[in-house]
Amino acid sequence: MTPTAAATSNVTQLKPQAAAPTATVVPLPAPAAKKPFFSPRAKTRMMEWGATVIPPLLTTAVLLILWEVLCSSPTSSLPAPSKVVSDTWELIANPFYDNGGNDKGLGWQLYASLKRVALGYALAAIVGIGLGALVGASTWAMRGLDPVFQVLRTIPPLAWLPLSLAAFRDGEPSAIFVIFITAIWPVIINTAVGIRNIPQDYKNVAQVLRLNPIEYFHKIMLPAAAPYIFTGLRIGIGLSWLAIVAAEMLIGGVGIGFFIWDAWNSSRISDIILALIYVGAVGFVLDRIVALIAVAVTRGTANA
Amino acid sequence: MSKAFLTIEHVDKSFTRGAMTNEVLTDISLSVNQGEFISIIGHSGCGKSTLLNIVAGLTQATKGVVFLEGKVVDEPGPERAVVFQNHSLLPWLTCYENVSLAVDKVFGRTKSKAERHDWVMHKLKLVNMEHAKDRRPSEISGGMKQRIGIARALAMQPKVLLLDEPFGALDALTRTHLQDQVMQIQAELNNTVLMITHDVDEAVLLSDRIVMMTNGPSARIGEILDVDLPRPRKRLELVSDRTYIAARAAVLKFLYERHKFVEAA
Repeated sequence: MTPTAAATSNVTQLKPQAAAPTATVVPLPAPAAKKPFFSPRAKTRMMEWGATVIPPLLTTAVLLILWEVLCSSPTSSLPAPSKVVSDTWELIANPFYDNGGNDKGLGWQLYASLKRVALGYALAAIVGIGLGALVGASTWAMRGLDPVFQVLRTIPPLAWLPLSLAAFRDGEPSAIFVIFITAIWPVIINTAVGIRNIPQDYKNVAQVLRLNPIEYFHKIMLPAAAPYIFTGLRIGIGLSWLAIVAAEMLIGGVGIGFFIWDAWNSSRISDIILALIYVGAVGFVLDRIVALIAVAVTRGTANA
Repeated sequence: MSKAFLTIEHVDKSFTRGAMTNEVLTDISLSVNQGEFISIIGHSGCGKSTLLNIVAGLTQATKGVVFLEGKVVDEPGPERAVVFQNHSLLPWLTCYENVSLAVDKVFGRTKSKAERHDWVMHKLKLVNMEHAKDRRPSEISGGMKQRIGIARALAMQPKVLLLDEPFGALDALTRTHLQDQVMQIQAELNNTVLMITHDVDEAVLLSDRIVMMTNGPSARIGEILDVDLPRPRKRLELVSDRTYIAARAAVLKFLYERHKFVEAA
């Protein structure tokens, strides 16, 4: 006896068992056998990419058009973008020509400026992290040095230039010193804050493990303060790039700052505009580089 | 005179801020035998964590001494490993690196590199976390973090394991799971453990003795209860065990009848 039969055998059947309902399967109309040109995933990726790229392109285009319209009249004191491109085409096309003296392509000018920034900024980073660690770790160092830092950091970068020219008697080290003195304050202050904010928990771990001061410095202090340190380094690189252009205007020689000043003296307004665009682009790239290093070093605990 | 493994002798602790002196602990004395599991229970603010920190060496007692194997405890050290309430893992290191930091420091001279690696892996296995060895603390759950914290402490091969409300921040299900795991590890390694808790069931389930503290300020040891339950203990069987129920009732009575928590005036 099958189980169903067993179950129903002692029940009075009310109705003769109906035949099992049969169903005819009607196939749904097959979807049009057209393969999409892009796979759905590639499509969403492209849409995301478009959503991030299109808005800045649009704003740039609108600004360029506005500029073109505003400056296209013959009496305009500033050149329109189309005129800038035609005036400076030589410079755009040959960034690395070298006719001796100051007559060099924009690539070389930027390279000279970047070299000064690299040196001054590297010194500021090393000395700044060291001093910041000292001020952050020792209350006495903080009491002694913090007021000095707070006063010195408000001095505008260019105000240091005459003094450094007097001290170094040469433009090159003076420019590097100005970069150094500009970039060091945010590095010191942020490093000190980062180290002062190391959670007690990490200090307790270090104490239980009996880490010695050197181990504590590089195993706990530096990594714990790294997000703060990199905030300081990012502010510092931005300030250095701001300061170098101004410093170079005064010290002369090869460099993007003096290039701008020189262009102004010979009324090459289009050259100035091109140089400004390059300065902005390089500043942006420098900031991104430091931000990317921060993410790589702090393993994602710092913000890009 | 045969000294106990760990003794706390007449420990007082007061914090002074300006002219204000705040008595936290008064005349705490306790001796702990090797392999014993002691819970310290009391209302919040009674200074239990301060007591643990004194044993850990992270805080200095105002008066009194702590001896471990006859030696005075006056600074922190790996032989008194702490499992912190908020796990205190270093977020820039992976789970493996968090444990190996401790192992390299404690056994850097006595074990070879391969031995240390095996040691780390063994401890991670002990807390069932070897699968997450390459993950960072931010990528694992609270219970897993606490297990890594326990692995790190065990990896120092401490003479005394200090647990500071280790399961306080966890949800009830994770907590039971970890309590069982701690019991299992305890059975295997026979550690001497000092645990701070405010969970009555946890105290009765895990400990050989429960130290009940009176309310602060000037908290002292109110009562010490022996939990005479055979091991291994099974959570479900204990629910109806008479000794368990009696112990639980005694602790509850102490905490809620005789030393009711009054909001500090």
